[in-house]
Amino acid sequence: MTDLASRPAQAPEAGARRRRAIGAQRLSDATILLLLIGMIAAFSVLTPAGTFLSLSNFESVLLTASQLLILSCGTTFLLIAGGLDLSIGAVTVFSAVVVAKVMGALAGTAAQAADFQYPNLAVAVAAAVGGGLAVGLGWGVLNGVLAVRTRIPPFIATLATGGIVLGLASVWTDGQNVQNVPLPFQTGFGLGKLFGVVPWPIVIAAVVTAVSWVLLAKTRFGLHTYAMGANLEAARRAGIDVGRHMVLLYAGMGALCGLVAIIDVGRFGTASITSHSGDGLAAIAAVVIGGTSLFGGRGRISGTIVGALIPAVLQSGFVIMDVQPFWQNVAVGVVLLVAVYVDQVKIRAQTRA
Amino acid sequence: MTPVLELRGIDKSFGPVQVLHDVAFTAYAGEVTALVGDNGAGKSTLVKCVGGIYPIDSGDYLFEGKPVHVNSPRDAAELGIEIVYQDLALCDNLDIVQNMFLGRERRNGLVLDEDSMEELAQKTLASLSVKTVKSIRQLVSSLSGGQRQTVAIAKAVLWNSKVVILDEPTAALGVAQTAQVLELVRRLADNGLAVVLISHNMNDVFAVADRIAALYLGRMAAQVKAADVTHSQVVELITSGRSGELGLKNGSGVTQ
Repeated sequence: MTDLASRPAQAPEAGARRRRAIGAQRLSDATILLLLIGMIAAFSVLTPAGTFLSLSNFESVLLTASQLLILSCGTTFLLIAGGLDLSIGAVTVFSAVVVAKVMGALAGTAAQAADFQYPNLAVAVAAAVGGGLAVGLGWGVLNGVLAVRTRIPPFIATLATGGIVLGLASVWTDGQNVQNVPLPFQTGFGLGKLFGVVPWPIVIAAVVTAVSWVLLAKTRFGLHTYAMGANLEAARRAGIDVGRHMVLLYAGMGALCGLVAIIDVGRFGTASITSHSGDGLAAIAAVVIGGTSLFGGRGRISGTIVGALIPAVLQSGFVIMDVQPFWQNVAVGVVLLVAVYVDQVKIRAQTRA
Repeated sequence: MTPVLELRGIDKSFGPVQVLHDVAFTAYAGEVTALVGDNGAGKSTLVKCVGGIYPIDSGDYLFEGKPVHVNSPRDAAELGIEIVYQDLALCDNLDIVQNMFLGRERRNGLVLDEDSMEELAQKTLASLSVKTVKSIRQLVSSLSGGQRQTVAIAKAVLWNSKVVILDEPTAALGVAQTAQVLELVRRLADNGLAVVLISHNMNDVFAVADRIAALYLGRMAAQVKAADVTHSQVVELITSGRSGELGLKNGSGVTQ
């Protein structure tokens, strides 16, 4: 506290120096942002006026991107810290099954549901939301403990847990989608809008992204995440409880899967067993496109936002242009290769300089 | 004068292998104590015992004259013992300020108080007359070996450590950088810290050390004032555990 008095005089200089350093790092984010802007510009020109470049399409792109963005935020933290989670698609599915089953079972009897009567809707939604988050968190903690305690590489550990979790979800549901989700949950939440303007999934994704950004860029937790990814031993010697931190990251990832599951059940009115198997790799692709290193230590949320938007923009553009939307997968793959290649070239140039 | 750090009768085994036998070691404030010994003599093990990374099997650990128990690096840090390892353990992706404060960041509410940390880091480097660093917001990956060593040492000073242990700080450095780091080591001691310098290099040792402690096969062969011994006596202590009247006597249980 003694140096409080002298701080005002020094602070502007200090702030400026930090901003310059951060500015240099941001340059590398700009490349991928330019690519996204280029895509949007190209689709705007190539599609009929008022189709791609319209408020309603803007909303639909964000809605498509919202779930991937949430998963990508968690993945950004994990990759920066040197972790990896391939099980997030499976955990999302499992959580969605829990959400749909709990909500369907508690909302009312089958007869009531057939008449769209849900006497216990509030309790059912609360229990389902809590259950979905808790189950996601639980699987996340298991992943974290496996990664930290057993020293099984996270690639294998989460590949295995992903198989187990998805298998259990399929056994539980006989591989069938869970259908009896109360309609009001879908109309009121999944398809509903905050103040009648912004769809809830977009609001949630925006909040998750904002919190992730502050957490990663401005807090001790974020700094420790970066430190662990660069030099685990240094982080440990600095007194950081690296095991606990890693478990927290996996647990947070699991909870985000639960959140995405809630959104998914709300949007589609069903817990789908098959539709999320690619989510883990999609999130990793989005995060890496956004400039986060697969080898840890480097990355930021701003890049992840861009990386998560690219697939949705491509999909929307292709659909409007009447191109087979499967081309989206091809394009994302190409972007991933180019992004990583450009990044590697840049790193090589930097280390030589 | 009470030594800041005093170890008496330290034993340490790993399974069936006893690495330290009845080791005594002292470090005084304002002095540089060189810890020398051949590869495998037990220098690193001794330092890790001091730093709380290895628990000691038996013996007394005194800090400022009082017996203490150091069971983790955190315990050692709380006492004011800072170890600067040979591999430095800095995070390449963080800048100088972030590395210096890692694990003990200052916060302003929930967010990091970047400006006050930067200012304090700046002051610390200035107090050590460090002028080789361009900007303290430089990433550590862009620093030279000597600059990295400087950052690691400055970190110890920043935390008002009482004992700073440097593990081979000049091993990977060129001539000019070695001179800079040794100057910094001397300045630490002159500022009142107890400095322990682990080194293989006799020139470094005689350039800055006030006392020399020589380990031989896990035993403390001698701990003497640097002014009282010659270069070749220290080499003898390192290689055979004794030099004339100094060192381990025959029959002291040295196996081999």
